[in-house]
Amino acid sequence: MRSALAIAADVREGVLSAATTTATALGAIHARNEELNVFLHVDDEAALALAASIDDRIARGEVLGPLAGVPIAIKDNLCQTGVPTTCSSKILDGWRPPYNATVIDRLLAAGAVPVGKTNLDEFAMGSSTENSAFGPTRNPLDPTRVPGGSSGGSAAAVAADMTPLSIGSDTGGSIRQPAALCGIVGMKPTYGLVSRYGLIAFASSLDQIGPFAKTVADAALLLEVLAGHDPMDSTSLREPSPSLLSHVDDGVAGKRIGIVKELYEGADESVIEAVMGAVAVLREAGATIVELSIPELRLGLSAYYLIAPAEASSNLARFDGVRFGLRVDAPDVTAMMEATRTAGFGAEVKRRIMLGTYALSAGYFDAYYGQALKVRTLTIDAFARAYREVDVLIGATTPGVAFEFGTKTKDPMAMYLNDVFTIPTNLAGDPAVSVPFGTGEAGLPIGVQLLGPGRSEAQLFAAARVLEIADGRS
Amino acid sequence: MSSPLTRDEVAYVAKLARLRLSDEELTTFTSQLGQVLEHAADMSTLDLAGVVATAHPFGLVNVLRDDVIRPSLDRDVVLAMAPEADDGRFAVPSILGEAP
Repeated sequence: MRSALAIAADVREGVLSAATTTATALGAIHARNEELNVFLHVDDEAALALAASIDDRIARGEVLGPLAGVPIAIKDNLCQTGVPTTCSSKILDGWRPPYNATVIDRLLAAGAVPVGKTNLDEFAMGSSTENSAFGPTRNPLDPTRVPGGSSGGSAAAVAADMTPLSIGSDTGGSIRQPAALCGIVGMKPTYGLVSRYGLIAFASSLDQIGPFAKTVADAALLLEVLAGHDPMDSTSLREPSPSLLSHVDDGVAGKRIGIVKELYEGADESVIEAVMGAVAVLREAGATIVELSIPELRLGLSAYYLIAPAEASSNLARFDGVRFGLRVDAPDVTAMMEATRTAGFGAEVKRRIMLGTYALSAGYFDAYYGQALKVRTLTIDAFARAYREVDVLIGATTPGVAFEFGTKTKDPMAMYLNDVFTIPTNLAGDPAVSVPFGTGEAGLPIGVQLLGPGRSEAQLFAAARVLEIADGRS
Repeated sequence: MSSPLTRDEVAYVAKLARLRLSDEELTTFTSQLGQVLEHAADMSTLDLAGVVATAHPFGLVNVLRDDVIRPSLDRDVVLAMAPEADDGRFAVPSILGEAP
């Protein structure tokens, strides 16, 4: 599939119609969606009507935005006016949001064509999409394996060449992990860079929306559109969208890059080899490589699996059968709420609500949640110390390549360990990108992770671009 | 190793969270939640007495806007998505039952 940059350039010049690009995307979706279960909702008519209106505006001489005529897939935890939004949960069955998430408004203003909503682990809780109430998404590179998660549908949409771009959300790795498992680029931006207004909250202090793309340049292009201050999100950074695309070819000459033991130890041999290969490429490109150990990062997983469920147990209290979605009738309101939540939530969501409720309950608060918040401080301080020494950190995105269905569903801890390398970044609020580099078992892609301090997205994309070129991906 | 939390505690937490668990779910959750808490034991041994807790990466501040009237979501549109609405309001089953 052609890049979003190339498509938008042609559409803006009038040599390619948005109607054509949209019809191509819809064709690709319908050809494989039954097999892969990538999209939960596709509205051909609405997408084609939007595309036609874009073509009309171009015909009238209007100058369109940087994503003119580019089809894009939206993770189904983002609100879009009048479009079913489920979070892959039965509890939101039938609900159609009365407003757009800010990122949807930004995409529309940039001329993009949202073609549909993609599958995810229920309420973004999971690492394989196996927790979706609507069945798992299959990895387009090997349909016997998971695409990763929670943004598995969005990653698969791009990997399967259904759309050149998609959007996900990342609370503990939910963009970077599926990007790695599907062999594409995915970034979790700095906390606050992209407005969360209209993103159905999982863990509000960790959630961040970000881009998926086949190429680094396309990911940078999309993030430029998504980023920027939004008065509707009180945690939105008060600054304009950064310039990213113009820096993707800045390279890494003169940069100091730290290879972090705790961000690859324990990974499969092929993954460690890929990280070492990437380090060699960056050194060759002029970076100074520093070997680092940041032992605090080992505590990240424990802290995350108390903090995220604690926030989730509070955020998901709103799903009680009163205002939206499912209601299971009962004679009194408490019984109705209990019956609705019991029928509407899947096992993993219940598990995390329970864990969070327990961690926040009287008598355990200090021992679990309180302790986790202090460990969060240690993580933040440890990253800050590292970034006084180096510009960028490098490690693996995941411990291994895409795994087969059912291999980790019985044991929650085994599934959680998939996020061990991605979680620390979320705790710190810093950005990180996963870029494909090399292959492992069964020829499946490996993702290398580049991490940086807050607002270092341009630098991370530039480093990722060096790896992309070395890996022979344009 | 015994689970750090008991079946009764799990049942109590389920009640707080407004979830009804079957006997089988109670057993599974007691074991699975116990595993996660055991993993978290690596934190409980740390001496963090002097460490400040961080609840949010950049600290939260109140954000105020000018006190001017702006359009908000249309009430009828929002209520149309509710399981039950009555006279411009969300409707629920009885809240005040008979005294136990």
